[in-house]
Formats: sequence, structure tokens, C-alpha cells
Amino acid sequence: MADQRFDGIKIRNLYKIFGPNGAAHVEAVRNGLSKTELNEKFGLVLGLKDINIEMPAGCIQVIMGLSGSGKSTLIRHINRLIDPTSGEVLVNGVDVVRMNESELRDFRRHQTAMVFQKFALLPHRNVLENTVYGLDVQKISRAKSTEIAMQWLERVGLKGFEKKYPNQLSGGMQQRVGLARALSNDAPVLLMDEAYSALDPLIRMDMQSVLLGLQKEIKKTIVFITHDLDEALRLGDQIAILRDGEVIQQGTSQDIVLRPADDYIANFVKEVNRGRVIHVDAVMSPVAAGHAVNGATVMSGSSIDDAMKLLAHGSATDVTITDPAGKPLGTVDLKCLAAAVVSSH
Amino acid sequence: MDWFFNFPHMDDDALRNLKKFIDESFRAFTRAYGDAIEGFFSPLQTFLIYSERFMTKTPWPIITLIILAIAWAGSRNLKIVAGCLFSLLAIGYFDMWDDTMRTISMIFVCTILSIAIGIPIGIMMSRSDRLQRIVNPVLDVMQTMPSFVYLIPVVMLLGIGKVPGLIAVVIYAIPPMIRLTNLGIRLVDKDVLEAADAFGSSSWQKLVWVQLPLALPTIMAGINQCIMMALAMVVIASMIGVQGLGQPVLKAIANQYFTLGIFNGLAIVGIAIIFDRVSQSYGQRLQKHREIIHG
Repeated sequence: MADQRFDGIKIRNLYKIFGPNGAAHVEAVRNGLSKTELNEKFGLVLGLKDINIEMPAGCIQVIMGLSGSGKSTLIRHINRLIDPTSGEVLVNGVDVVRMNESELRDFRRHQTAMVFQKFALLPHRNVLENTVYGLDVQKISRAKSTEIAMQWLERVGLKGFEKKYPNQLSGGMQQRVGLARALSNDAPVLLMDEAYSALDPLIRMDMQSVLLGLQKEIKKTIVFITHDLDEALRLGDQIAILRDGEVIQQGTSQDIVLRPADDYIANFVKEVNRGRVIHVDAVMSPVAAGHAVNGATVMSGSSIDDAMKLLAHGSATDVTITDPAGKPLGTVDLKCLAAAVVSSH
Repeated sequence: MDWFFNFPHMDDDALRNLKKFIDESFRAFTRAYGDAIEGFFSPLQTFLIYSERFMTKTPWPIITLIILAIAWAGSRNLKIVAGCLFSLLAIGYFDMWDDTMRTISMIFVCTILSIAIGIPIGIMMSRSDRLQRIVNPVLDVMQTMPSFVYLIPVVMLLGIGKVPGLIAVVIYAIPPMIRLTNLGIRLVDKDVLEAADAFGSSSWQKLVWVQLPLALPTIMAGINQCIMMALAMVVIASMIGVQGLGQPVLKAIANQYFTLGIFNGLAIVGIAIIFDRVSQSYGQRLQKHREIIHG
């Protein structure tokens, strides 16, 4: 669905300083003026500092950070709901920062769609009318937009609720409407600003599965903001961790959990269910040449939990990890799995 | 020490000359442009006459049915419709039907005019802080200036009759319309506006699909206030020749006819309550989908 040639999103040297005449201070910040100093001396707030992220097309890029880390500011730069102080935001090779008003409007209509933390549905429109909002804006006829919207409403599990109003739905269902509204736009970029943070944990898990299931098919470039590391690790093909407006680590879930860049991240990672996140590939020991595959096997990329389940419930003492073709890559036993699950910190 | 006990004021002659100068300039202005201004307002005159003729010439049962139908469409509440019917029958029985119809016609035209002028001004005000800073004090003056005072220039310009009365009523009744439109639009949820922006809405799409619908309950409160204030003005407007329930009240004041005054006064109260209940319950029905239903 997304354009095959879509080039992803590249953010380069992005700075945002809130307050009057922030541009004058970018150079000073670049040369080491800290956030606190900037605020004390000039009364300006450093929102983002030297952000460089490459988000490849068709992947879920998670941006994780606590409140005040600048993550919501960052996502709003991608569709320029916030203007940067300096830097580039290339979406499919075009710099969003340089667009004029009508180019920007066109870009927002066709290249991006957004899902919001507080749903931001129109209370006077019913579910169907909310879902077609983006298509209304594009001036697509109601007959056609209704058809598209109905299809997405069915996909997110809201068939039969078209005539309900947002205040008649639970939070989880309202966010499904938000998701259907964004997907109806069929834009290559899907921006999700803490989309699931307002939902309770079970509904959140459920919505994560909905998103992962859909993504297998739609292959959009998704930027997902969250403050929840478990959510980040579950969804993210790539994760960037933000603190005080700076990216402090970027990488896959494996990188973050196994090689936290500093104590701040290590502290987060401590609370994570490692068994579910770490892949067996990271802890396996290489097999001797000609090792015969006998008993339990798991595919490369499986979690430690999967391997442990086999060992716990079966009679085997070790598990062989194979590539998709069935060729053995390595083995793990219970001891090495247990060692990996127990945090080294 | 004279200056201490008596406020040192402008020289008597100078003051007299100043007043005379302003009066004469305005009079000259009236003489020069009075006709043009009257011509400008003549469509309003036609509208007023047409509306009044419709209200007074249509047989009373039909008018009653129309009003009851509007009340039902607005409120969907049988109690309010029954209240309307009772008030209208009482007004007719006490022989105040024609005057009431003239007043309703006047209020109707005044409300239409206030909406047509007030909502666009309110919208513009909501978009510009500078305009808001300019318009707000003007609205303050319009609301606090004793209404007799601005009757003077209106009468000088347009003479006595329906149109000057209408203008006086609109000046008095339009401020809440403008203020509440402005307020309603400014209070629209920022998250929803951001969503509208994120989907690439043009500012017209945003206004029509997001801001106005979400501001509508507040705007309805503005219309309600506007009607109430217009009704409060009918007696004063009757001093410059506006026909309707105000004139018998004026006559009653001049001649100390207690009963005449109270009957017509109650008729004004009656139609005020009808307008108020119908427009308020319509406003509440608009809010139906806005409240959070718990559970």
C-alpha cells in the first residue's frame, strides 16, 4: 500500500528552542550551552538538541522518553505542527521545513496521518463521520470515502459501531476510531503520539497486537511515541531514547536491553521482562561442525521465553537454534538462558 | 482655596461653544448624509414591514401552529410546547395579540440581524488578539452607555420609526452575540484543532467542520442572551415609534394605568420565557454528544 519507493524519514541536526528569538542561541547551544543555562540566562527552553535519526521506510520507529524529554515535540516536527529552530526533516527526500503553507497542507493530507494520545475525535460526528475526516479534507466524495472508512473500521474491529458517537465508546474503542481515521488516509507515514498511553494495560496490549498485525500488511513508516519501555521494545524495529531533548541511545530492542548506553537507560532496562525481549541468538553458543539437530529446536529470532518453555515442559536439556532453512546456528541450555534473564546489574 | 472645594472646570463659554460645535457639526453631517444613510437602511425597512405584515395578517391559529411547531422542533419537549400554547392563548384572550405579533416580528428581525453581523465579527475576533483588544472596549461602551443616549443620534439621522428603533435594539443586543461567538471559538479543544491541522485542513474547513460546530452551544447561549436583551429594549424603542407591546406600557407609565402596564408587561415576560426555554433546550440538545457518559 505504501509507495514502494518511499524513502523513509531523515531528521538531521534538528534543534528547537522555545521562546522569542530562539534562533539566535542555536550556535551557543551547539557549542555547549546547557539547557539549564539557556533557561536561566535567556529564559528560553531547549526543546530538542541536535537530533539525528534515520527512519527507514516500512519500519516502526519508536521514540521513547519520559515526560519533558521532548518526544512529543519531536514527532510534531515530522508534520511540522511545530516549526524547528534549525535543522532538516526529510520525508521521502523532501525537506518539510522548507515547504510553504499550501505545500505543507498538501503534504499533511497525502503523506502523513496522525493518531493522538487524547484521541482528538470530533464529538459532534459519529464514528463513521470521524473516520472519513481526513478524506473530507482531501475533498474525496462521501460515497468513496465511506467505502474506504468502512473497510478500515472493520479491520480495527469496529464493525457495527459506525453510527455511535465518540462519547458512547470506551477509550480503547475511541482510539480504534483514531487509528481507522489515520489509516483511511493511506499515507505512507503514520505518526502515533503516545497513542496508547491513555489506555489501560490490557487494552494497550490488545491495541499493540492490532498495530503489529496491521503493519505486516500495510508496511507503513510508523513513528511511535511512548513513555513505556515495554511498549517500545514490543513494537519497535528501531528505538531511539530521548532525554532532556537529546537522543541518548538509538538501536534495536536487543541493543537497548543488552548494551544500554548509560546508567539512565540501564535503570529502565532493569525493570524489563528480559526473557520476552532478548533473542536466543544473543546468548547461544556456537555449534560444533556437523552437530546433529536432535530434539528441541527454535527459529533464530525467538525469545528466551520460547526456548525456556520448550526446556521446562520437555525432556530435552538443550535447544538448537536454526535459521529458516533449518540449518543449526547454535545451542542454548537452561543455565545460559537463566543467566541471560537475570539482569547483570 | 476655591479650587479645593469646587472642581476647577472648563470655562463656561468654552464648554458651551464646544458642545455647540459638536452639535452643529453632527447636524450638518445629518443634513448632508441623512438621506444617503436612510437609503442604505431601506432594505431593512422593507424586511421589517414584510415580517410585521406576515405576523399580523396571518390568521392567529396558523401563527400559533407555526410557533408551536418551532417550539417542538427546538425543544422536543411537550411541556415547553404546552407552556407556549398557554401563553399565546392568554395573550390573545386579553386582546394583546396584534401588539405581541409586532414585537415578535421586531425581535425576529433584530435577532437575524444580530446573528448576521455578530457571528462574523465574533469569528474575526477569535482569530486576532489585536482585533479582540479593539472590539472589546467598543462592546463595553455599547452595553453600558444608557440606551437613551444613543437614541439621540439615531433619531437625528433617521428620524422616528421602525428602522431607528431596530438599530437601537441591535446595538444593545448584539454584544453578547459577538462575545460568546468569540469565546466559544477560543475555547475549542486544542487537541482537536491540532488533529484538524495534522490532517491538512484548510482554515475554512477547520472553521466549518471543527470550530463552529464545537462552539455552537456557546453561540446558542449568545443568541439566547441576544433575544433576551432585545426584549428588554422594546419599551425604550417604543419611545421612538416602534410599535408593539412597548407602546401600551409607555402609555401606562404616562397615565398611571396600572393594569394596562402589568398586562403588557406580563405579555413581554411570556414571550421572553417562550424564546428562552425553546432556545436553551435547543442548545442543550446540541450538547447531547459532548457529555462524557460514565460506565
